[in-house]
Amino acid sequence: MTATLFQPIAPRPAPVQHRGLIAWVRVNLFGDFVTSLMTLVIGGAILYWLPQLLSWGIFRASWAPNFDACRVEGVGACWGVVTEKYRIILFGRYPFEEQWRPLVATALMLGLLVASCMRAFWHAWLALLWALVLGVFFTLMYGGSLGLLKVETDRWGGLPLTLLLSTLSLTMAFPIALVVALGRRSNLPAIKTVCTIYVELIRGVPLISVLFMASFMFPLFMPEGFSIDVLIRVLVGITLFAAAYMAEVIRGGLQAIPKGQIEAAATLGLSYWQTQRKIVLPQALAMVVPSIMNNFISTFKDTSLVTIVSLYELTGALSLALNSDSDWRPFKIEGYLFIAAIYFVFCFSMSRYSGWVETQVNKSKLR
Amino acid sequence: MKLNTVKTLAAVVAAMGAVLAAPAHAGKTLDAIKARGQIVCGVNTGLAGFAAADSAGKWSGLDVDVCRALAAATLSDAEKVKYVPLNAQQRFTALQSGEVDVLARNTTFTLSRDASLGLTATTVNYYDGQGFMVPVKSKIKSAKQLKGQTVCVQSGTTTEKNLTDYSKANALNIKPVVFEKLEAAENAYFTGRCIAYTTDASGLSSTRAKVAKDPKEHIILPELISKEPLGPMVRRGDDEWTAIVKWVQFGLLEAEEYGVTQANVDQMKATSTDPVVQRLLGGGNEDTGKLLGLDKEWLARAIKTTGNYGESFERNVGPKSPLNLPRGLNNLWNKGGLMYAYPIR
Amino acid sequence: MTSTSPPKKKSWSWRSQAFRGLIYQLIAIVLIGLAVWFLAHNTLTNMKARGIQSGFDFLLGPAGFDIGESLYAFDSAQPYWQAFLVGLTNTLRIAVMGIVLTTILGTLIGVGRFSRNALVRGVCYAYVEFFRNVPVLLQLLMWYLLFTEGLPDSLDAWVIGPMFLSKGGLSFPIPVWASGHLWGLLGLLLGAVFAVLYRKWAYQQFEKTGVLKSMFWVPLGLLLATGVLGWLIGGAPSTFNAPIKGEFAIENGGSLTPEFLAVLVGLTIYTAAFVAEVVRSGIQSVARGQSEAASALGLNPSQSMRLVMLPQALRVIIPPMTNQFLNLTKNSSLAVAIGYPDVVSIANTSLNQTGRAVECIAIVMLVYLTTSLSTSLLMNWYNTRSAIKER
Repeated sequence: MTATLFQPIAPRPAPVQHRGLIAWVRVNLFGDFVTSLMTLVIGGAILYWLPQLLSWGIFRASWAPNFDACRVEGVGACWGVVTEKYRIILFGRYPFEEQWRPLVATALMLGLLVASCMRAFWHAWLALLWALVLGVFFTLMYGGSLGLLKVETDRWGGLPLTLLLSTLSLTMAFPIALVVALGRRSNLPAIKTVCTIYVELIRGVPLISVLFMASFMFPLFMPEGFSIDVLIRVLVGITLFAAAYMAEVIRGGLQAIPKGQIEAAATLGLSYWQTQRKIVLPQALAMVVPSIMNNFISTFKDTSLVTIVSLYELTGALSLALNSDSDWRPFKIEGYLFIAAIYFVFCFSMSRYSGWVETQVNKSKLR
Repeated sequence: MKLNTVKTLAAVVAAMGAVLAAPAHAGKTLDAIKARGQIVCGVNTGLAGFAAADSAGKWSGLDVDVCRALAAATLSDAEKVKYVPLNAQQRFTALQSGEVDVLARNTTFTLSRDASLGLTATTVNYYDGQGFMVPVKSKIKSAKQLKGQTVCVQSGTTTEKNLTDYSKANALNIKPVVFEKLEAAENAYFTGRCIAYTTDASGLSSTRAKVAKDPKEHIILPELISKEPLGPMVRRGDDEWTAIVKWVQFGLLEAEEYGVTQANVDQMKATSTDPVVQRLLGGGNEDTGKLLGLDKEWLARAIKTTGNYGESFERNVGPKSPLNLPRGLNNLWNKGGLMYAYPIR
Repeated sequence: MTSTSPPKKKSWSWRSQAFRGLIYQLIAIVLIGLAVWFLAHNTLTNMKARGIQSGFDFLLGPAGFDIGESLYAFDSAQPYWQAFLVGLTNTLRIAVMGIVLTTILGTLIGVGRFSRNALVRGVCYAYVEFFRNVPVLLQLLMWYLLFTEGLPDSLDAWVIGPMFLSKGGLSFPIPVWASGHLWGLLGLLLGAVFAVLYRKWAYQQFEKTGVLKSMFWVPLGLLLATGVLGWLIGGAPSTFNAPIKGEFAIENGGSLTPEFLAVLVGLTIYTAAFVAEVVRSGIQSVARGQSEAASALGLNPSQSMRLVMLPQALRVIIPPMTNQFLNLTKNSSLAVAIGYPDVVSIANTSLNQTGRAVECIAIVMLVYLTTSLSTSLLMNWYNTRSAIKER
């Protein structure tokens, strides 16, 4: 037996600090050579550009609705274009004195949308609330009753129009999409073919060609003397378009339901519609809520295309406000940024919400 | 339950069949207008002097006056007009499809439009020609100097084709930049994307007066490269309505010729002994309106609304307006112009 | 146990499911047929009543309008169908270049979301959130405004080497075609053959001996070397048609118009935000253990991304990526708003010159349908090819 001498191992250095700002910076910004280099390059760029941007957008900006103030040398952004023209940008050609009406209508619609996103409102009476708010919206906007001045739809514009187009088209697209999605999974070849053709046809063409058709060719398709308001035609166009995309989303949800469940339902003696209503759809729809939200976001953005067929929603209202006014036209970029901000606020909050719903859905799956 | 569904379906099918079987009714535009209580008038999206809406949404201009006069003649109220602003490429489909009753949108009459689009040209309300506008600082003095240059133009206009013809005839190799909307084309020119902007000379003046930051910075080149007779168009197949649109305009010209104005129309009607004036205004036993399906005061009302052609011209595009266009070709025939109304009798 | 055969199904009954299905289908077909007939009948009656000419014969007549930019010379005397063809090539030019650029940019940004550098992560996140939440039409209009308003006039264009950047667009030198270039091309072709053969050989060597040979640089070198050799044999032509400042604008050379640049940049940047999200979710779908296993094997982060993560993520990425490519192609139709002569713009002009609204819109739809379907087919083929082959 040989005795071995105890050889102490050299003490290890204290572990590197893992928490706190400095540690975070060390790991995330200066982890290794490449990371540090990138930090320097990007950080440098930010440090160089950000002050200039801030100075242009805030510190040197002119806020007064006075275009001469914007022409002064050294003035940055001219937000006066917004303070001067915001009413045309937000409400289009709606009569000036009556603009409290679209304001109230927009506020109501927004309230409705926010409410629909909250769990406390997820009851059957929400549908009733929708009907009510939409009714009030139209009464307010169109007038002609309750002592309100009648305002033709061709003078509607700006944000209320954007909201109206996106909300209504999505609401109307949903039932169509549901039927088409079920149709595409049907066993009946003719119905399946028809639904497939519809979806592929619509998804294969750009929205503006659909809008062109709805806006200018629709009356050619109808018996003579039969005419529908252009707003409704455009609405129908967007609806048919959105429905095709939504049908695909719903079909994805339907496909995710295991076949065994449907067979089990058949074993229990449920009919086709009972199976769909009680077993398949509740699960499938819950699964696709986030994707439907994404659909809503893209439809909301797509409404900007109706400017091309001469409806003055947010984007169109901006060109309406600025194109004809040579004093303000040089400051168009500020106007664009303003409505870009509006779109951004809407879409960003919707995508956040969709993310929240997604985690909720996943949570229930984990249980 | 199931039977009900089948019944409903059958009813729907039957209804559709009934609709299909209904004989195609030859639509009378005038009847439709009267039933609607409104004339639907296709106008430019915004061309100062011809058709432009102010910030309160009130439309004015030479073309708008045609609509107003028509509304006054047919509906006794010049305000009963619904204006539908149309792009150049939207306008014909809108008219063909019945979306608008009349297209008063500085539209050039051409053979192909008259013969193949299902439209009828009524009568010219502005004789024009296509020109070019360039910035003064470009030092371009003649359209011939535009060799190889970019020129902004609105799509779907005769302008686009004229430009091509002119470029080819003079071997200029002009590069057109074509925009969907008038505003976009104008914008592109003013931001300096194109060296020149081309459209009808009247349109150039309008753009220069209303849209340019400083009108003095832009000149309109002397060359007029085409003939552009502009006027309202209607759908083919309704001769009665075509006649009304045509004769309202002739009436306004005739009124100018005989000195009837917005101000003196009532007085003339009461006191004038000139049989032509009496026929114009429906004084005495004269009733020219009846032949058109209107009442006898149709033209008197129209004159009271917009004034005679000369007044309308002066107010909208002439010396009293920012456009300040000379009367030129658009003067009456007896004053050296081309405006020659068929006699109202 | 005696097995009783189940009661024989009645072969046919009024109440059977098959019969009901047949009835439903019949009703659907009849309804749709009626609707289509109703629309077609109305259109035909309306067109007849108003004397509107119809038919596709107009495609053979001379177009009579010029097109601002095209890949090849177009003259106004050429027929309409050739004008449509020019529009189509313009659309495809945007689509193809846009798809390539957006894939590169989008992948970079998507991968950037996983960077170890917090600033890179932040910038990529901000990029994605900003650009995908603003309508693409608005972005195109903004880019066009920047290109036309922000850049100097043609006469004081920015000079970037031999190139000029101004409101007139980007002008750059193009080589004057000579037979030497043909030789160069032949050389490139030969080089490509060599490169493929080399890669095959190197792969076989690797399977046999396990020694890894360069799979990228050597083939590239081969390709370039033969190309240059061919060009030298052809007499090394080096005349360039360089842009020069003319009296009123930049002349000569090749040029990209601001319309083209705005559409390309706008669509690329917009679609890249979506592609980045697709790539991100693809990478996320690969189990975390994989990247840990890769680093345990001693692969560095870029190797692990390239060799382990991306090949697996691709399977998840391809289908949604196809959708983004299709979206980009369809969104190129918005070019019409800023004056780029794409197929929609040409169709609009033709529609107006001829009044054949139905026909022109039908052509546009057909063009996009064909492009969409063929892109789908191509991507599906690639998808099956890159799917995991289970051995």
